[in-house]
Amino acid sequence: MPIVVENLSYVYLPDTPMQKQALFDISLTINDGEFVGIIGHTGSGKSTLIQHFNGLVKPTYGRITVDGVDLSRKGVDLRSIRRTVGMVFQYPEHQLFGETVFEDVAFGPKNAGVPEASLEERVREGLAMVDLDLDTLRDRSPFELSGGQKRRAAIAGVLAMKPSVLILDEPTAGLDPRGRDEILAQVQTLYHQWNLTVVLVSHSMEDIARMAQRLIVMENGRIALEGSPSEIFANAERLRGMGLGVPQVTTLMQELHRRGMTKRADIFTLDEAEKEIMQFLELKHHGHA
Amino acid sequence: MAMLRNITIGQYIPGNSPVHRLDPRTKILSTMALIALLFLVQSFAGYGFAALFIAAAVYISKLPPRYVIRGLKPLLIIIVLTLSLHIFMTEGRVLWQWGFIAITEEGLVRGGMMGTRLILLVLGTSILTLTTSPIHLTDGIESLLKPGKPIGIPAHELAMMMTIALRFIPTLLEETEKIMKAQMARGADFESGNLLQRAKNLIPLLVPLFINAFRRADDLAIAMEARGYRGGEGRTKFRELSFTSFDGVCLAGVLIFVVVISFLF
Amino acid sequence: MAAEALIQFDNVSHVYGRGTQQEWDALLEVNVTIRRGEFVAVLGHNGSGKSTLAKHANALLLPSKGTVLVDGMDTRDDKKVWDIRQRVGMVFQNPDNQLVATTVEEDVAFGPENMGVPTAEMQDRVAEALEVVGMTPFRLHSPHQLSGGQKQRVAIAGMIAMRPKCIVLDEPTAMLDPVGRAEVMSTVRRLNRDEGITIVHITHFMDEAIFADRVMVMEDGRIPLQGTPSEVFSQVEALYKLHLDVPQVTALAHRINAHGYSVPSNTLTVDELVNALCQ
Repeated sequence: MPIVVENLSYVYLPDTPMQKQALFDISLTINDGEFVGIIGHTGSGKSTLIQHFNGLVKPTYGRITVDGVDLSRKGVDLRSIRRTVGMVFQYPEHQLFGETVFEDVAFGPKNAGVPEASLEERVREGLAMVDLDLDTLRDRSPFELSGGQKRRAAIAGVLAMKPSVLILDEPTAGLDPRGRDEILAQVQTLYHQWNLTVVLVSHSMEDIARMAQRLIVMENGRIALEGSPSEIFANAERLRGMGLGVPQVTTLMQELHRRGMTKRADIFTLDEAEKEIMQFLELKHHGHA
Repeated sequence: MAMLRNITIGQYIPGNSPVHRLDPRTKILSTMALIALLFLVQSFAGYGFAALFIAAAVYISKLPPRYVIRGLKPLLIIIVLTLSLHIFMTEGRVLWQWGFIAITEEGLVRGGMMGTRLILLVLGTSILTLTTSPIHLTDGIESLLKPGKPIGIPAHELAMMMTIALRFIPTLLEETEKIMKAQMARGADFESGNLLQRAKNLIPLLVPLFINAFRRADDLAIAMEARGYRGGEGRTKFRELSFTSFDGVCLAGVLIFVVVISFLF
Repeated sequence: MAAEALIQFDNVSHVYGRGTQQEWDALLEVNVTIRRGEFVAVLGHNGSGKSTLAKHANALLLPSKGTVLVDGMDTRDDKKVWDIRQRVGMVFQNPDNQLVATTVEEDVAFGPENMGVPTAEMQDRVAEALEVVGMTPFRLHSPHQLSGGQKQRVAIAGMIAMRPKCIVLDEPTAMLDPVGRAEVMSTVRRLNRDEGITIVHITHFMDEAIFADRVMVMEDGRIPLQGTPSEVFSQVEALYKLHLDVPQVTALAHRINAHGYSVPSNTLTVDELVNALCQ
């Protein structure tokens, strides 16, 4: 289900005093099986951009096609698009409404016309994909769950529609390190084991860099940088200028590189940094010996 | 959905005209006097003077006349309804008849009067809201209600509630839009179906909205307590209202005008 | 640091829902002293008791057992509650849910209004507080026009206008983006350094705790680990066990040492590690 965005511009509240252009001439493609990270600080347009991917927001100019279907065309079945392109909003636990976990998770598949008989299977699978068990939670109120469980149950509500693309907007916002690691691990599983195409929106460089294959950096409604994580982090200065946190380890490796101690400046994970520094230390050690 | 944030009826237009600078209490009392006048007067001549008064107020306050008139739009249906009700339902000398529908001279006059009264009522009160910020309005209402405290009118509490409501309306509208989108992403449909169906479809929107509102109320109550809030007792005000001699002159002028016109017409 | 105590927790326990099925000990015999002028960071994951501890500092919660003294006043003394709340201000996590008024300056005035500060003095206090947090240009804005970081700065200004001795910040950056976090952190550090206000900063971002004079780590209602940032963060294994982050540089130093080298284990900043590697 490739998502193709062509020359997308979006104007917020056109022809009013509050008129504001939020996106400028954006073109990009999300390919099948990709893990794409979208980074940018608040107001950079990243949330507006992803809401175009399933037709929640209509482009002012330009075109979005999902699997060849133009979302602006008259008579497009947006519901079926929204079933294939699943979207998890920020703080998804704030949208829970069902009396029971079952009712809430079943909402999406029910709307998608899944027959009553297979509903249970869908709900079970959706919950299982985020490590929750239907049998223990079925009749519990979603509001009684712990913070992390609530968020996972809300994500299950999207997964139960069996989307082939999953878009997550800041899924770790407000969580503590343990909750964050759990959610990120689950996203990894969804990508690797369930073969979902994943678009992860975040302002946390550290997390996104080690998970995504391709990064899109947004600034002021435009794509500022695009490429593999190591290509992006080679531009650390530019990222800092945009108000995006660069991982501490990247700052370190660039300083070592500047001093001529190490070869690579495009490192953003601890594992790689360790390898690079060890090489340097071994060399230095042997040099002394 | 963007329209949710685009409500402009009676919205405050900042400015620095003499009308803007008047004490809110002067403006509230004047508006009430004007409303009384519109109900006391029973002739077109009287309405003419009231209209003149309103026009003068708009001119002095430097409000764009077109914006003021646009405020009538949401009430258009009610105005037309009143007008036609009176025109067709009043008995008297028949001017024109078609089947059982008849227009009478008396009907025209009464319809015209009612319509004019309604229009002037809306225009008059909108000057108050257009030239007075919600904060000043709240302060004014609180101060005017204060004398009623011994008989159990909770002036401070009402003002506090108004302030909090004003503060959270934009936040809740934004949240409504967000939850709507999130449920639409799960296939919710807020636009089609019959009335019952539509009401039912609102549950996934309203439940989270209420739950979040309660959570916010809880947080806010704790934050207010942490900032030493304990009701209106012993509280001072950041902005003190000042009723100047100019306010006195204006208010007196308005009252004299109202009394004279209602006596004469 | 021999400065005198500002807030003292003596054997404080707090039980939620006593006698119910959900009975839960949020604090267990905690002994902590917050000294005047100190910057204390409190780390710990959700449910570790951080917020409960914070709410005891200005009598929003009262201990089930033990005593909390604020500037010598017992928080259980009904007559002292308002004095205590004036002395210890509190900033909360959700920037939207703590601003009361429809304009920034009005909101900053809310605390002083409650205290009964005379109008003329109040205006000075509000102007001064907005200046301290750098929000003067926004004084007539409505809160919903501000970014998350700006809202938190307004909330902080609301505390400053009450002239407190201490500000407790309960995860003020949890819902902010990196720009907002940096804004809040530089404001908080400046308050501590320039205005001499005691800071208790609760967070789960360890990079915010590096600036503190002292770091306390909470777990299950207790404080199993505390000390200077370098003392605490050098305990990499212990922190991992508590599901807490360690600065990447510290983690890297730890890994390098596992290969038989001896980089100082209390390395916290990029410069420190670069220097260590250069030797």
